[in-house]
Amino acid sequence: MTGPLTPPAAEVRTVLDERAGDAQRKARRAWWLRVGIAVAGFIVLVIVINAFTNGHFLTIGNVSNVLRQITFTCVSAVGETFVIITGGIDLSVGSIMGLAGVVMGLFANAVPLDNGPLLFIATMIVGIAVGAAAGYVNAVPVVRLNLPPFITTLAMLQIARGLAFILAHGQPIPLATTAFNGLGTGELFGQIPYAVVLMLVVVVVFAIVLTRTRFGRYTFALGGNEEAARLAGINTRRTKTLVYVISGALAAVAGLILLARFGSAAPQTGLGYELNVIAAVVVGGTSLTGGRGSIVGTFFGALLIGVLDNVMNLLNIESYTQQIVLGAVILLAVIVDELRKRLLAR
Amino acid sequence: MALLTMTGIVKSFPGVKALDGVSFSVERGEVHALVGENGAGKSTLMKILAGAYIADAGTIAVDDRPVTIDGPRAAEALGIGMIYQEFNLVPDLGIVENIMLGIEPLRGGLLDRKAAQADAARVLAQLGNALPLDRPARRLSVAQQQMVEIAKCLVRKARLIVMDEPTAALSDRETDALFALIAMLKAQGVAFVYISHRLEELPRIADRITVIRDGKAIETRPLAELPQDEMIRLMVGRSLDAHFPELPPVAPGAPVVLAVDGLRAATNVNGVSFAVHAGEIVGLAGLVGAGRTEIVRAIAGADVPTAGEVSIDGRRARIRDPHSGIAAGVAFITEDRKAQGLVLGMSVRANTTLAHLNAYSVGPFVDRRAEHAIAAREIAELRVRTPSGEQLVRNLSGGNQQKVVLAKWLIGEARVFLFDEPTRGVDVGAKAEIYGLMVALLARGAAIVMVSSELPEVLGMSHRVLVVRDGAIRAEFARAEATSEKIIAVATGVAA
Repeated sequence: MTGPLTPPAAEVRTVLDERAGDAQRKARRAWWLRVGIAVAGFIVLVIVINAFTNGHFLTIGNVSNVLRQITFTCVSAVGETFVIITGGIDLSVGSIMGLAGVVMGLFANAVPLDNGPLLFIATMIVGIAVGAAAGYVNAVPVVRLNLPPFITTLAMLQIARGLAFILAHGQPIPLATTAFNGLGTGELFGQIPYAVVLMLVVVVVFAIVLTRTRFGRYTFALGGNEEAARLAGINTRRTKTLVYVISGALAAVAGLILLARFGSAAPQTGLGYELNVIAAVVVGGTSLTGGRGSIVGTFFGALLIGVLDNVMNLLNIESYTQQIVLGAVILLAVIVDELRKRLLAR
Repeated sequence: MALLTMTGIVKSFPGVKALDGVSFSVERGEVHALVGENGAGKSTLMKILAGAYIADAGTIAVDDRPVTIDGPRAAEALGIGMIYQEFNLVPDLGIVENIMLGIEPLRGGLLDRKAAQADAARVLAQLGNALPLDRPARRLSVAQQQMVEIAKCLVRKARLIVMDEPTAALSDRETDALFALIAMLKAQGVAFVYISHRLEELPRIADRITVIRDGKAIETRPLAELPQDEMIRLMVGRSLDAHFPELPPVAPGAPVVLAVDGLRAATNVNGVSFAVHAGEIVGLAGLVGAGRTEIVRAIAGADVPTAGEVSIDGRRARIRDPHSGIAAGVAFITEDRKAQGLVLGMSVRANTTLAHLNAYSVGPFVDRRAEHAIAAREIAELRVRTPSGEQLVRNLSGGNQQKVVLAKWLIGEARVFLFDEPTRGVDVGAKAEIYGLMVALLARGAAIVMVSSELPEVLGMSHRVLVVRDGAIRAEFARAEATSEKIIAVATGVAA
């Protein structure tokens, strides 16, 4: 037996380092290949669509419109992706959008702050705190009592919505401030809506969190095999709590985008949006059984759904048919993913 | 006239030729053992027989008539029954419902419970009526579940039953009962294909033995003409001079590394005290369910101890959960690598660093470079057969998966290694490597506790043997005085 525990000799180490470097480069190349395929697919799709819509699709106005349409779904779907990778589900995101929006509206109208960025930032912090708190409440029974997240977040879906209506007295709350106009209608360089910039920042930051940090790794481990993760010394309770907190917080950010866009906080905002959010995650290739998924995939999932919506509008397809097409696309995406998995699994 | 003849069976998976022209036959009422390393092709061959896979080439004949087996139903109709290592019972259904699953007798379009019970009762009587019929399958012991699987085969009129590692999770007494059952069914003309890694039990049960290696049937001989050492040589293609490496003696005056005092847990750990010195392996022997696994789980913090103390290197360690166990210097290599040891959907690299990710991080970020480097080193040193560190652990063979579990704990600085069934379901070659690794850990001054259900392993790889019964240590034997007979006597409650 060559002692496997003795440190390898220098020349062996060089070989090993090279091998490690190779593996790393290969992994990186595989990643870029996947992203490349997705992007290339999208470009082809866009060109085809553009031809179909007689060039109405690929105008700066329309593209920025599509991106603007997906901002809130996409931002919330980023948080939902974390939850689903752990094998859970968060049904309460739509209601949290509404509740956080109402709280933010009341707060912005009540505090004696100038109309400037200070008010905007303070409001955002309050909203995120509300969302994070709702996420924390979602997580506690899941973590402490092992209750299914389907149930706890279903309860939160009702509770948060009810709270939103009570706080708003059932009426929309018009914003008395203009501090949100930038996020609502403003555009960076006069081209890119600030909401889209915010969405891209969220996507990039959380893609890094998921793929590059210990927390991200533990999120995958939790969804892949919770007991193995626990026995490896991972604080599974903290990791699990954190994913629901992130999901709640990002749902609140989505609520902020909606608030800014409409200039008022309506208690019914986000009603039923949880299904769009989950659809974006699933179309993006994240497995509902946990252990597998990506933020970049979720972004493309949200984008695909947004593009479809937009194209069907451009083609004057009536909204009932649109629903059928969207349902079919979700199903198709999952089927394709399943076939791909089977192909890979020999 | 042979009952079953498989000729020139070929089966390829992308990139692998799993079976390369295997021929294999079974006579009526014969127990035919199929042995070979993991990945040799035994399971693939049997899955083709059971209709789970379709062969690329080759013929199958039953009663000398050529047949086509294109699915599990076809196999069933030919009288072929298959009992996989992981049973196929519906946990919440009762015994009768499980036995009759898929072949329920009907009357007027509705289930005919009386007929089902009568059919089940007939085969259960054949098996000695030893099952508690009022319980759902989930509340049966492993041995009882196995008996239900056998009953399922019999009620479907199986003339050939394939059993994959049937004794892997059985105690010695349950194994005896199983062998008696097989002998009885054999006398009634039922033939068995018996797949096992436990070569020492084959003389008790097999009539003929076929050795499979690298997708080929290397040799088929009557039991009496195939001594165990030659069997092993044929399996690995090289001779392993000894099963077990030489254990270096514990240095006189070696310090105590692990001290356990009065440990209790709600999981059947009832006041356990023992000490392990630097460079020492202590084997925990006992029947399945005696509490051996529970003892090491409580030490590692996998279960919460309710009383008692654990000290490591003389310092009191307050271990409440796996995290504090690892921090105190305990590495726990679990018995069930798929359920507890690995995240199958993650890469070899990510599994390797999972328990020590802090050491391969910069701030909150994983240091990919360092991670790739340590994974490449462990793959090379433990000779993990994998194309790269990026391969998903799911795609590795059992022995290589076990090496990844070991790598996960070797990269840390644990002082105490708790091995629970370290070689279960692992082929002979990988076994020898795992033993070698344990010896190398001793040289590092580590203390090892090994739980094993294989007595030769306990005897061959322990400096001292502790025998566990009812959650407590009932006897201690030094290496020189330990024998199978003494251990079994204590474990079964015959002695002390």
